[in-house]
Amino acid sequence: MSTKVANAAATDYEPVIGLEVHVELKTNSKMFCGCRNEFGAEPNSLVCPICLGFPGTLPVINRKAVEYLCKTGLALGCSIAAHSKFDRKNYFYPDMPKNYQISQYDMPLTTGGSVTLPSGKRVRLNRIHLEEDTGKNVHAGGRMAGAEYTLIDYNRAGVPLMEIVTEPDLSSPDEAEAYLVQLKAVLSALGVSDVKMHEGSLRCDANVSIRPAGSSALGTKAEVKNMNSFRSVVSALEYEIARQKASLAAGERIVQETRNWDEARKLTYSTRSKEQAHDYRYFPDPDLVPLSLEPATLERWRAELPELPLAKRGRFMESYGLSDYDATILSADIPTAVFFEAVVAASGEPKAAANWMLNDVPRALEKHGLTIESTRMKPGQLAELIKLVKSGTISGKAAKEICEAMVADGEDPQAVIAQRGLAQVSDEAAIAKLVDEALAANPDSIASYKAGKTKALEFVVGQVMKASRGKANVEIVRAALIKRLE
Amino acid sequence: MRGQYMRMAEVPIDIDHVAKLARIELTEEEAARFSSQFSRLFEFIDELAQLDVSAIPATAQVIPRINVLRADEVRPSIGTDAALENAPDREGPYFKTPRILE
Repeated sequence: MSTKVANAAATDYEPVIGLEVHVELKTNSKMFCGCRNEFGAEPNSLVCPICLGFPGTLPVINRKAVEYLCKTGLALGCSIAAHSKFDRKNYFYPDMPKNYQISQYDMPLTTGGSVTLPSGKRVRLNRIHLEEDTGKNVHAGGRMAGAEYTLIDYNRAGVPLMEIVTEPDLSSPDEAEAYLVQLKAVLSALGVSDVKMHEGSLRCDANVSIRPAGSSALGTKAEVKNMNSFRSVVSALEYEIARQKASLAAGERIVQETRNWDEARKLTYSTRSKEQAHDYRYFPDPDLVPLSLEPATLERWRAELPELPLAKRGRFMESYGLSDYDATILSADIPTAVFFEAVVAASGEPKAAANWMLNDVPRALEKHGLTIESTRMKPGQLAELIKLVKSGTISGKAAKEICEAMVADGEDPQAVIAQRGLAQVSDEAAIAKLVDEALAANPDSIASYKAGKTKALEFVVGQVMKASRGKANVEIVRAALIKRLE
Repeated sequence: MRGQYMRMAEVPIDIDHVAKLARIELTEEEAARFSSQFSRLFEFIDELAQLDVSAIPATAQVIPRINVLRADEVRPSIGTDAALENAPDREGPYFKTPRILE
């Protein structure tokens, strides 16, 4: 025993992570019935005999859901199955009124494929299958354990759900996050889902194990659930990896189990459930006939795929001379990318447009609780601002103030300049006067400058800027000052 | 279906586990009767397993149709009150059930 502990303590472990991501598809109607697919409606208002599992009803597959899943598969290089079917996953839990969930067991719609991370790493996919979402339980009294009864809303039951399963290819919590960010960007570009983790349209479970560094065998895994943000995925994985390392170091065995992430207490705890696949008694759903998609249909869907984030990133780097980092951020979110390209088209200044879109615009959006879609600022207005800075009409500092006003109220930059008196003074005679005043007030600076102290120059520039209340064109001030001192 | 085939007649039957999964209570007499019936069923499966089906594709559905799909169109739902009409218990717009234990 003591040798084992010593060995375990001395061993360097590496984590092995695989993710199962559930994505609600943004169809108009549910997976097998015509009820509206909508988040946040009055509880149990979007239900019918089919999604409530009444006897004698028959489900019919939503064509759009199949299209969305296949487009995701095509975008990620998956093989689309020539033959596919739906199965019943049986379990007794009131979130599914039928006592089974229609899912896909051994013949998923796609297999293989991969998600390429910005680092170049390819995360292999095992499969993507189509199923129906479950209803939502509201446990009276908050936590499930202490609740006296349970309230159920079936609006979500039957919403089309796509499950994307990776191979155990992720080797750190940060890499898991990078995968989620990239997957979300692809799904958002495809327009197949809202991908909002806080509304549950994107949910993530993780399989985590550790093994001696360099080993190729897999350790016993724990399945971690109940993570509600990308941040909590990272925290939960970090916790779980540390927990498993500590267990092994203490000479304990890792048991295969499901563990829930507790966001408040920042730890995972065992749910003590030991469900196994055979307990679900999967069998083909006799109410649904198999799918066998025509190659021509798949080709049509492939032709309809939009430009994907990584391709967009490459184009941004090549066409606009952006850095890898800047191009990655601007291409990851479609509305941001569209806005950026419109600013570039209107200004002809890709680098300046990127700087604004990466710094001041998001800062102002955040400050005013807006998004790039909800702000009233138009791309043409930001392009105008960029031109005004370039022409020297306004200072960089004033431009930041104008940008915030534009984001907050959608005002034209010229209007903000006029209202707030932000126009830059480039008039050389006016500046020469300010320079003379500053030099007269600071005779020491002239001596210092002549003694070779260039800092003294910047001090006087600062004094002039202060006297002009920030409106003097700093380049003209500096030039005028040097001219006077030489 | 997958992995190594174990002769079904040799599979020990945990009738209590099966009953638990199906959420039914069995008397001792029923448990004994169903156990022996399950054993008979497993013998049938063993007989079937001896057939050579390597040339026959797996069949999940005997209806000779594929790709029965519907357009993604919204149809009216039945409304909260109609949905809850048969519920044993409700609270506001919710179905109410005894507390759930995992």
